[in-house]
Amino acid sequence: MEAPFLSVRKLTKHYAPSAFSRGPVVKALQDVSFDIPRGQVVGLVGESGSGKTTIGRAVLRLIEPTSGEILFDGKDIVKLGAGDLRRQRRNMQYIFQDPFASLSPRMTIGQILTEGLDIQRIGTRAERRERARKALAAVELPADAFDRYAHEFSGGQRQRIGIARALTLEPQFIVADEPVSALDVSIQAQVINLLRDLQLRLGLTMLFISHDLAVVEYICDTVIVLYLGRIMEVAPSAELYARPQHPYTRALLSAIPSPDPSTRHERQILKGDIPSPANPPSGCVFRTRCPHAIEACANVVPELRETSGGHLKACIRDDIAA
Amino acid sequence: MTVAGINTAEPVHKTKGPLRRALDRFFENRAARAGLIILVPVLIAVSTYHLWWPYGPNAIDLKAMNKGPSAAHWLGSDGVGRDVFARLMQGGRISMLVAVCSVAISTVIGFFVGAASSFGGRVVDATAMRFVDLAMTLPPVIFLLVLASIAGTGIAPTILVISLLSWPVLSRMIRARLMELRERDFVIAARGMGAGLPHLLFRHGLPNTIDILVVYATLQIANAILLEAGLSFLGLGIAPPEASWGNMLNLARSTVVLEQYPWQWMFPGAALVLTVLAINFVGDGFRDAFDPRSDLN
Repeated sequence: MEAPFLSVRKLTKHYAPSAFSRGPVVKALQDVSFDIPRGQVVGLVGESGSGKTTIGRAVLRLIEPTSGEILFDGKDIVKLGAGDLRRQRRNMQYIFQDPFASLSPRMTIGQILTEGLDIQRIGTRAERRERARKALAAVELPADAFDRYAHEFSGGQRQRIGIARALTLEPQFIVADEPVSALDVSIQAQVINLLRDLQLRLGLTMLFISHDLAVVEYICDTVIVLYLGRIMEVAPSAELYARPQHPYTRALLSAIPSPDPSTRHERQILKGDIPSPANPPSGCVFRTRCPHAIEACANVVPELRETSGGHLKACIRDDIAA
Repeated sequence: MTVAGINTAEPVHKTKGPLRRALDRFFENRAARAGLIILVPVLIAVSTYHLWWPYGPNAIDLKAMNKGPSAAHWLGSDGVGRDVFARLMQGGRISMLVAVCSVAISTVIGFFVGAASSFGGRVVDATAMRFVDLAMTLPPVIFLLVLASIAGTGIAPTILVISLLSWPVLSRMIRARLMELRERDFVIAARGMGAGLPHLLFRHGLPNTIDILVVYATLQIANAILLEAGLSFLGLGIAPPEASWGNMLNLARSTVVLEQYPWQWMFPGAALVLTVLAINFVGDGFRDAFDPRSDLN
């Protein structure tokens, strides 16, 4: 088997309290490990505060991880110096959630799209503009958008500009951080389809962050379920939706509304909120809300282990498999 | 897939940047326009008077000592026969020079100190801000007097003293704005594309703090003119025989002059008040024009 394109090993991010205040260390991510094969899309799901964005940003070193390795095409980018990291950045780009915050209000679309090429000093001025125009065409925006400002565009258009910006550097890897969750449902489909098309056409490897399980099922090859900064379950997309093994995943999936009123499935409603990452439960972090929790769950941190081909879960209870 | 949602037919004749829109709002502001109407002629007169006014600021006309306004001396003459109008213009020139230079210096210092503390990490930030605290807790008048007595009199020392006094407040504002900006998505995007500090500072920092800088600079120019006048009045700023509005007032301080030759203090006083007022109007106009909420209406 080919070595994975992106390989994350024991990624950990702790936020220490500031110098003059005594507070607990916030454990945003704890020992997160996963692989993304070349050209595939891996989805990252979990509720708010589970660390999805932290992973996305740490993988691109927009947040400095506390420890762990991020092997990008075999190269550990955590250890890269400033100059090497800058060169590396053209291969990996980020698409933001909020289309209103991600574009500078004081730059024209042309300036926004050529910014990365300027920074990386790629090509001449004319070549940069040409590449920006191509990117604009790739996201199906009119060419006259070039000299306009971001405030003149709608949310969906802005999000496509954000995608175009990520594409101008012709990266191999893209982190899409909830790229459609701020958009209207009708626009969501457009943007998702566009993203899917581009991903296939350009052979992009992608980490797709979302809390919308339906979107994830549509676009992702593999899905990672995250809870409180830890991986609960990893499985190929179809497998996860057909045979969820972790109690948390089951609870999540049972929350997807069904378009068919005749199929009544049982909703499993989780009680309470996600615990504070500053003071996570001992053992399995999900045990405080797990319907199947037993005493042993409080004692050991469940390891992520393979149960069947490509299906991994972090739960000690094998007896509850449906 | 076909995309139907792109509306290209929107009536956008000429797209205006945020700066253009702010300037449009500025010119709609009546007080700001009034300020400009006063300020522009003053600036033109002050900078060109030597071309069309027959007297120099230090030329002595022995036949016209303490004479009131006349056809020859529009604003009269002072105790040694110098033309008040010429001195008023020259004083204005000095005041403007001092004000503009000191504000330029303090704006640059303020911007870079703010930038250093917002982008330089915790230690740099804490150190710089404690310095700012220190500079801000010193009583300004006393600080000014001590600095002035060390630096001496003349144009350059006065510029130095005024610019050293006025940057801390600006650096605080710049720091706050840049700290907020640092976490904005489009700045993170630039970092994600490999942007270094110069790029972040000049492509994102400067355009997004230009409103603070412009407003601060205009209002601070008015303030600097007043400071210069105050210093010169106390004999610590611009020393005679060089003219400035402050030392013209100082020279006209005796009871005799106050009572019998009012043109010697009335005109510099009026020039000072009018100019400062006009600049403040303009500065307020800029502030309103750059207010983000004004974009909403």
